[in-house]
Amino acid sequence: MNRRTWIKSVGVLLALAMSAPLRSLAAVWNKPAFEAQKVDAALHGLGVSQASATQDVVLIAPDMAENGAIVQIEVESRIPNTESIAILVEKNPTPLIADFIFSNGADPYVVTRIKMAETSELKAIVKAGGQYFSVTKKVEVALGGCG
Amino acid sequence: MADLMKIRARLKDGLTEVKILMSHPMETGRRKGDFDELVPAHFIQLVTATLNGKAVLEAQWGTGVSKNPYLTFRLRNAKVGDKVAVVWHDNKGESNAIETAIEPG
Repeated sequence: MNRRTWIKSVGVLLALAMSAPLRSLAAVWNKPAFEAQKVDAALHGLGVSQASATQDVVLIAPDMAENGAIVQIEVESRIPNTESIAILVEKNPTPLIADFIFSNGADPYVVTRIKMAETSELKAIVKAGGQYFSVTKKVEVALGGCG
Repeated sequence: MADLMKIRARLKDGLTEVKILMSHPMETGRRKGDFDELVPAHFIQLVTATLNGKAVLEAQWGTGVSKNPYLTFRLRNAKVGDKVAVVWHDNKGESNAIETAIEPG
């Protein structure tokens, strides 16, 4: 490799590095899991084969939601070394809503607002120490919010 | 232009609470518009948060997060004045970022 081709290849590498956010977005976003139409398939996409029920994850959501377009939920994991929290709504057209991955001192806690198409089980799946834990809560939806 | 993002970070009793509001349609791709046409999917897929430049939270989202997404998360080991930055990327390649300094609660 002579000097000129070397400089060229460095330039190409730099350009690639600068376009990294876009490329990594495509690489990062878990398409199979988010596009799955059944909870099992979504969990499979997330790499969850088995999740044990736990009391150590708090899932707060309304028992009854007036408007399924905006349902505020809160999830807090008290399991040590929690790495991530995934949120699923069983009866949504695509059940996987979100996957939150924590690092560097972020508390395993999130509050967000989600859409629910109809009355359904709401699920939080926590990954901690390579194992998966789940909590479920039923939310009654008066007016579906999945347009 | 309306604010595309709002952020507030407050330290109280050793825990920093970060609240974010994003302005985004979060279209599922299943909704029909005024002329019965399908409105194409347009939603945030990735939200990343950093504390002083170091990753603390990565959120991957599907179409099930509500329009104009709201998010709260908490940080340990953060100090007043530390910088919290949040960036989102959507499925159309659009993105937005905001940064704030942690305030005392």
